[in-house]
Amino acid sequence: MKIGVLALQGAFREHKQAFLRLGAEVTEVRLPSHLKGLQGVIIPGGESTTMAKLMSAYGLDTALGDFYAAGGALWGTCAGAIAVSVEIVGYPEQPRLNLLDISVERNAYGRQVASFEADLQIEGLKRPFHAIFIRAPRIARIGPGIRVISRFAADPVMVTQGRLMATVFHPELSGDDRVHRYFLEKVVSKSLTQRF
Amino acid sequence: MSEQTIIGSLRVKTGFAEMFKGGVIMDVVNAEQARIAEDAGATAVMALERVPADIRAQGGVSRMSDPDMIEKIMAAVSIPVMAKVRIGHFVEAQILQALGVDFVDESEVLTPADENFHVDKHAFTVPFVCGARELGEALRRIGEGASMIRTKGEAGTGNVVEAVRHARSVLGGIRALQAMSRDELMTAARDLKAPYELVLYVHENGKLPVVNFAAGGVATPADAAMMMQLGLDGVFVGSGIFKSGDPSKRAQAIVKAVTHYDNPDILAEVSRNLGEPMVGINIDTLPEEELLATRGW
Repeated sequence: MKIGVLALQGAFREHKQAFLRLGAEVTEVRLPSHLKGLQGVIIPGGESTTMAKLMSAYGLDTALGDFYAAGGALWGTCAGAIAVSVEIVGYPEQPRLNLLDISVERNAYGRQVASFEADLQIEGLKRPFHAIFIRAPRIARIGPGIRVISRFAADPVMVTQGRLMATVFHPELSGDDRVHRYFLEKVVSKSLTQRF
Repeated sequence: MSEQTIIGSLRVKTGFAEMFKGGVIMDVVNAEQARIAEDAGATAVMALERVPADIRAQGGVSRMSDPDMIEKIMAAVSIPVMAKVRIGHFVEAQILQALGVDFVDESEVLTPADENFHVDKHAFTVPFVCGARELGEALRRIGEGASMIRTKGEAGTGNVVEAVRHARSVLGGIRALQAMSRDELMTAARDLKAPYELVLYVHENGKLPVVNFAAGGVATPADAAMMMQLGLDGVFVGSGIFKSGDPSKRAQAIVKAVTHYDNPDILAEVSRNLGEPMVGINIDTLPEEELLATRGW
């Protein structure tokens, strides 16, 4: 499988290493031309405002929309989850890809001193997953087509909708590749990007 | 929250620093500058009363900023806010943690409060960044609990030469440890004056266990890209932005340069027409007692 890691800013290297460990072919994506031939793309954690600016500066926002429309799979973690959402509560002007039918609230769990670790039950995984939440966004609303794969307290923290996935925690920091494997097996497997 | 959670762990602190990678952290002195930095794509801002160039020009004792000023900046932007404490001043650090600042810089740019001891950073839930000139110094700070390392460079000069020296020294030191055989590592730890376990980590992994940024003298997109190509993870820009002719444009250009650091066509494009850069200082002309990098050990 050919996976792209959006490498504009943030924790892209950790995602790349996780996919390499799982035997995927991995490309760093900085410009629209780098999307060619990919089946899935991950938008990593980082600063969502920074990433939005760097995406629009070289047309990656449009290119990622086209990539999805052409059958590609997308996964956003943390800031990436904000990027793929249809609504950012309180920041209506912040650019986003408008794909996954969720509303997210930025930094809803508090500032960095409130960042935390917790064990999650994830659908399809036998053992709990030790998750790291860093200035995490909260999924405040989910649309009708959204499947909740994991919750923390009452909030969805991992969701999918067809070829889209979002996690508000950071699976790339746990040293446990099961969420990456889930993306490859359950989400990228639906990709149709031979056409892209 | 009903579920079991852990806050302030080393994993949460170093993991947060990972999110800054490939980004630019900018010094700002008020809410307006903070907004300009955020709009330009900064991944975080460093709130301080005077940028290093002014500290240098005005002299006197330089301390933690007024909590009121830091809070105004925290209220003005949605990106993380960092602030500086004097080397060894654990009470200034307690105050910043109480304010809810996202990251503390134990910084040689301020006047040191303790000439022998740095802050015990393990004692805090807020993460710390510390400066280093060479690998041993970086590993000592990590041993004390730093979640992020930056080169010291020579802040407030607009001259990248010291940052380059420190980056090459830290990264070259890492390469040297990597090439050693295991039985040489204890002697290396002795020579570096660094904890053995961290020396072993670097030998096995070929990198520091935390994010490693450039700081101290970065003034242009080319400076920033050079630090990235040398192998650092991101860039702090202090005086270089708001002491230049067109801060917003320069800030945006440096942000793009850090992302596209290995694409000379984009670097050429963003380096055009940036207006006046900050006036630099030739470090050879600075008297020894005015060097900031020699503060801390």
